[in-house]
This record gives sequence, structure tokens and C-alpha cells, in this order.
Amino acid sequence: MPTISIDQAKPEYDVVIVGSGAGGGQMAYTLTLAGLKCVMLEAGRSYDPLTETPMFQRADQAPLGGSSTPDKDMGFWDATIDGGWEVPGEPYTQGSDHKDEQFTWWRARMMGGRTNHWGRISLRNGPYDFKPYSYDGLGFDWPISYEDVAPYYDKVEMLIGVFGTNEGMENIPDSPLGVLLPPPKGRVGDLLAQKTGKKLGVPVVPIHRAVLTKQLDADTIPAKLHPGNKRAQKIVGDSMRSRAACFWATNCGRGCSIKATYQSTTVHLPPALESGNLDIIPNAHAREVLIGQDGKADGVLFVDKTTGKEERVKGKVVVLAASSGESVRILLNSKSNRHPDGIGNGNGVVGKWVMDTVASSLQGQIPALENLPPHNEDGAGGSHFYSPWWGLEAQRQGKLDFARGYHIEIGSTRRMPGGGSPVSMRYLRGLHGAKLKEDARRYYGSFINFASRGHMIPNEHCYAELDSDVKDKWGIPVLKWHWKWSENEMKIVMHGEHTFADMIEEMGGKPTRKLANNGYEVVRPGGNVKHEVGGARMGDDPNDSVCNKWNQTWDVKNLFLADAAPFVSNADKNPTLTIMALAWRCADRIIEESAKGNL
Amino acid sequence: MERDQETGRISRREIIKWFTAAAAASQVGPLGTWGQDATAAAGEPVAVGYGKDPKVTDIYKPGDVWPLTLSRKQRETVTVLADAILPKDEWGPAASDLGVPEFIDEWVSAPYPKQQRSRESILPGLEVADTLSQERFGKSLAELSPSQISTLLEDAAKAKGKRTLLGRAETFFYEFTGLCMGAYYGTPEGWKAIGYVGNVPLPTFDGPPQEVLDKLGLEQTVK
Repeated sequence: MPTISIDQAKPEYDVVIVGSGAGGGQMAYTLTLAGLKCVMLEAGRSYDPLTETPMFQRADQAPLGGSSTPDKDMGFWDATIDGGWEVPGEPYTQGSDHKDEQFTWWRARMMGGRTNHWGRISLRNGPYDFKPYSYDGLGFDWPISYEDVAPYYDKVEMLIGVFGTNEGMENIPDSPLGVLLPPPKGRVGDLLAQKTGKKLGVPVVPIHRAVLTKQLDADTIPAKLHPGNKRAQKIVGDSMRSRAACFWATNCGRGCSIKATYQSTTVHLPPALESGNLDIIPNAHAREVLIGQDGKADGVLFVDKTTGKEERVKGKVVVLAASSGESVRILLNSKSNRHPDGIGNGNGVVGKWVMDTVASSLQGQIPALENLPPHNEDGAGGSHFYSPWWGLEAQRQGKLDFARGYHIEIGSTRRMPGGGSPVSMRYLRGLHGAKLKEDARRYYGSFINFASRGHMIPNEHCYAELDSDVKDKWGIPVLKWHWKWSENEMKIVMHGEHTFADMIEEMGGKPTRKLANNGYEVVRPGGNVKHEVGGARMGDDPNDSVCNKWNQTWDVKNLFLADAAPFVSNADKNPTLTIMALAWRCADRIIEESAKGNL
Repeated sequence: MERDQETGRISRREIIKWFTAAAAASQVGPLGTWGQDATAAAGEPVAVGYGKDPKVTDIYKPGDVWPLTLSRKQRETVTVLADAILPKDEWGPAASDLGVPEFIDEWVSAPYPKQQRSRESILPGLEVADTLSQERFGKSLAELSPSQISTLLEDAAKAKGKRTLLGRAETFFYEFTGLCMGAYYGTPEGWKAIGYVGNVPLPTFDGPPQEVLDKLGLEQTVK
């Protein structure tokens, strides 16, 4: 990917964008195609999925069979480089030693950020998800509604390519006709879960994922995305034509060299670069937003990691899209006489109301799935089916003891083996020789995984602040995380636990572990789903929010937040699609306001 | 570099030197805040592996990234044992034909915490198995016939949970078999043996074949 060094940078840009992932990528795409000159700072190195993706590598071709290590937390081929739960030289700290109050923070220091390895699950927030307080009196409302965001969901889905179906369910928005790509066929586990779910009242339907099940319609979509902008249409059309449809092999978490999935590095950044309006500076670790005499942001101070020197890049507008945690850190570190506690933090709200997705899982062993005739289940390199939250009516009738809900991700297990035993050794203990091989074959693929992804209501115990003692290797103060689940989340986890057990039992199987007595036993730690959102929420009132409904900070009118930091609540729906929709909407606002001279 | 002449592998003494050098090198970081090294006390071996940005598109084999450390005798024991656990038969080749012993050597030689713990149980386990072999057959495990090893494995399986030599051997065989399984089935021959089909580009994804759907009484709902 073409990049520049700081000495090649222009004296001033229209917009400085910090971060190159879903938010920064979308921002650069929209702004540059509209003609604004942008510079993007990326903390990691440049990365090219076309040449760096290990598409067909096998376990016997990788160290330790590709299994996870502290260097590659999600396995050798995971697309994340120079990142993971720990980043050398860049620690973060915990506010508590208690095991239930730990926060785990995934960072990807690379071009495209986490979009290179993400699960591609692309779900729209529904109307209640933007107005949760109005719906049930808990948490907070967003200052925007579903209708404000819907046109941008449409555009993002058309641009990145999302497969799925419209199910017409309450609070699970349909996409306009023709926007979604056809879903892939169900795998055995999907179809069995669907049949079982029918008996238990749990809907199981095709999930929505950003994988091209067929090529995008490059002849008609660009004009819908960029009406009246022939040059943008041409660039985007060419980019779409360069993306192949999925060839039904290799896991999306490795990245995709044929561009069949959405990654910022294959979908957002190439058209932005093609426009001629984007410069990208890699290895640029943003430290603070610079404020000019007039109180407006006039650039970003960063550490050039190749030299260790502090550098400045100037812009008329600054956008932070560094990931919610990192953007919070930059805001808090942007201290000046005018902003002694950091930008946006006059009321102490920066870093507050951090959320993640509530997650647990249960695996079942299903005798009916034993010894199935071998067949290819690679599919779209990730999940095909899921269960959107189905409990709204039961909640209204007072039948459930918790608010909000969760969706279920269904996992089949006829996957490419390697690294560890392809069948849990529990089922093979004491065996060797032919009996071992026969039983391995018998059990392989006979397991089904159910994973819950639940809604989290913001609470005051979950926040990030600057650690007063610890600094990173460049001397920049680091984040200290505070975390506490509420009872509602634990009830969501336990409802999932029992639902999964019921599904497994109905399939004639058995869970592979003892059922939990309470949610804390099985909930994944805070941050562990890598859906950390909030920390600089949007609102109508400058006293309890950091930015307005346009992602524009109250304190500094030409400073915008384009990652998940402005999230007010965290629905069960995975945040990436919403990050992109809000970033596009915010970019449109920047274009309009810049043209009017308001920034 | 000092090497075992016969196997070409690095010696135990060399590996200790190597770890010590790696530990020293890793402590150079400014402010001492290197996250993943934070738990290692000064002077102890520190995990140094392929790093956070390995070339993932390369093809690797055991020994490429860190030296293999099993002695010749250990390697022989690993080989005969792995071949008794996963022998050549109608399902596929023997473990040693699919690189299982090399994988196990790579595994126990790896400078990561999980593998280092594995080393601490696998290496003594090999000695337990050998002692058992000496007691039962009067010779080391590497010299046993496949049927004699089978006898040991079967006897051990009956001793699960016992605090006897056999019981300890059972625990070791269990962990060792797990490593063998990961290595064996991570190969194309292993895929065939277990029934994995895939990792090839296809023009369409057709879902489970009709015979699978029929067997389960399922219907493909995505048309």
C-alpha cells in the first residue's frame, strides 16, 4: 500500500484522520472521493492483503501447527500483526485485581487495523437499540434514531457487500430490496440448529456477513453511492470489479487476498488512494490533538516510530478513529491550558460508559452427527447462520427476568484440523491404533458450538482513565481500565446457557462441559469480544456527552470521533457496520460544514 | 554452535545458552514496560519466538524458527510411541511418515509458556514410559515391538487416575496422544483419515450432499 513519510507530507491538509480501520477507512473513503485532501496516521506498518494473506497454508506448514501463542494470540495465520492482547512497549493497566473486573484490550497495530481479521458479521442496530432508555427505562438514548442511520447502513452494505436475508423481525431491520447478497447454503450444524430451533421457538436464519457470495454490481452501485460524482463512480466501480466473489475456502480471519471480504485495506483505502487525495503515514503513533490559538484543532502530534521523534501534521479538521480506547486515550492526553483535563473532559465524561459484548458459549456433542459421510463445509470462511434475538414479546409479557437480549452464533466443527487434536481428547482417552483413528473419525464434526453475543447496558463502573504512573515506551501515559458486569448481563449469559443446553438436548446430544451455576463462571472477560465501544459518547447535552449527534466534539468544533467511542449503548449487534455507517454520516457532515466555512 | 553430531540437533547445553542470551536481549526495552515480558523474573528464560510479525505466507518445518532439542534417545522413543499410537493402517500412514515426531520435538522445544509447560511433563513422561518398559520387558521403549507397546498402552489405560507408575504413564500417554493427534491430522493424509474435505477453491458452495441431509432428516433451506 503506498505510503509517505512525514517529510513528504503537505504543509496542511483539509482533514487529519487518526486510524485506518473501519472508521478511519470509511472516513478517508468518503472525504477523499468528495475531493477533500486527507492525511491518515496509522500506528502500525503498512500491510498488503494481496501479498501477505496465508490463504491455503496448512497446519503442517506452520510453527506449532498454527496454534496460538503469545506472539499470535489467535493463531499463526490470524491477520493481526504487531498486535493482540499485549503490544510490546505499550502496556495498559487494570483498576482492580479481581478476576471479574479485568479488561482485555485487543489492539492491531497495522494498516486497516482490526478489519483485517474481524469476523465479518455485519448486523444493523434496530430502532430500539438507538432508543433503549425510551424502550425499557434502562441506560441512555442515543441522540439519533434508526431512521437517521438507515440510509448509511444501506450505502455501507452496498459498498462492502453483505450477504444475508430479510427476516422481517422486530428490531432486526430489513435492508432495502436488492442490497443484500444471497446467503450461503446452510451447513449441517446450521440446518440441524434451525430444525431444532423451530421446536423450541428459537429462530435460526442466515446471518449477515461482509463476504461477497457473488461479485458486486459495479455497473449500478457506484451511481447510487456517489450520485453526481462521475469520478468517484469510476474509481469505486473499478475497485468493485477488482474484488472476486468468495471461492469457499480458507478462514476469513486470515484476511482475504482475493478481496472477497470487507477489509479497510481492500475496500476503503484503495479507492481513497486512487482519488489522489489521500496520504498515509504509517508507524505514526498519535499522542495528542493540537489546539491552535483560536481554540480549534489544527493538527495532531505523533511519534514517528521509525525514528522515535515527535512530529506534527497539520489539518483544518481532525478526525479520531483510533479505536474507542485509543481515541479516549488521545483525548485525555490532549492537555492544554484550555483543556487541562483533556479535550472533551471538562465534565469528566471522557472514558466513561465503556461497553463490550456479553459473551459465553457452550458446545454439544451430537450422536446423530457422528460418522457422517465426509463433505466440504469450509463455506464462507466463517458463520453462515445465527439466531437474532427472539425474546422481545416474552419480555413484554414479563416472562424473562432480564432486559435486552442476545443473538446466537452457530458453529459447525467439520473444520480444517491441525495444531490441537481435531476431536477433544476427552472422547479419545486411553485409545490407540485403529480404535483411536476410528473414534477420531466418528467424533470429528459431531460437535456444535453455540455462542451468545449479548447486549450490554452502560454502567458507571466500566470506564477508562489515564494511569498516573505507567507510560508507554515513548513516554505517553497509558489507559487504566475499570470493569464490572451488572446482574442483567449475567442473566443474559445464563439464559443463553440454558437455551444452548435445551437445543443440544433436543438434538439428542450432551453438552461437553458441566452447566454453569452463574454467569460469572462462563462469561468472557470485558473487552474479550473486541467490541469495546463508548468512552466518548454522543448526546444532546454537552454536560453528559463528549460529542453531538454528528460525532462532533462539543469542546472543539472541528474535531470529530469516527470509531466506536461515540456509542451510547452496545446492542447485541456487532459494532463494525454501525461504526462505518456513522463514519460515513459524519464524513458527509464534515463535507457540508467545510463547504459552508463552518469548521 | 554445538550440535549432536549424529542428529544434527542442538545440545541441551546450547539451548540453555541460547535462552539466556534471548533473555538478556529481551530486557533492553526502554522503561521495562514490554507487556508480554512483564511476568518473567530477571535471569529466567524469556519467551522468544517468531515475534508479532512473522512471515505468515512462508512454509515452515520444525527447526526453522527455533532449534529442536530432543536427544537422539528421546527422539527414538517419541517415534516408536507415536507410531504405536497412530500406526500405518487402512486409514493412513504411520505417524512418523507424517512428521509427528518432528512436530513433537518442535513443540517441546518452543520458547512459549504453554509449550514449556508441556516440555516439563512430556520429557519426564518419556522416562516414565521407558522405566515401565524396562520393568515389564527388560528393555527400553525404543526397542519394543509394536505389540509390546500396545500392551503397555492398554495396561496404562486401565490405570487411569492411579498413583502408580502405570497411572503416571497413563497421564503421559494421554497428553502425548493429544500432541500426536494435532500433528497427524494437520496433514493432507490426516485429513483423509479423519474425513476433512476442503481447503480448495470452489466455484460454488453447495452445502451438505443430499445423502447427509437424508441421513439426518434435514432440508437445505437456502435455495
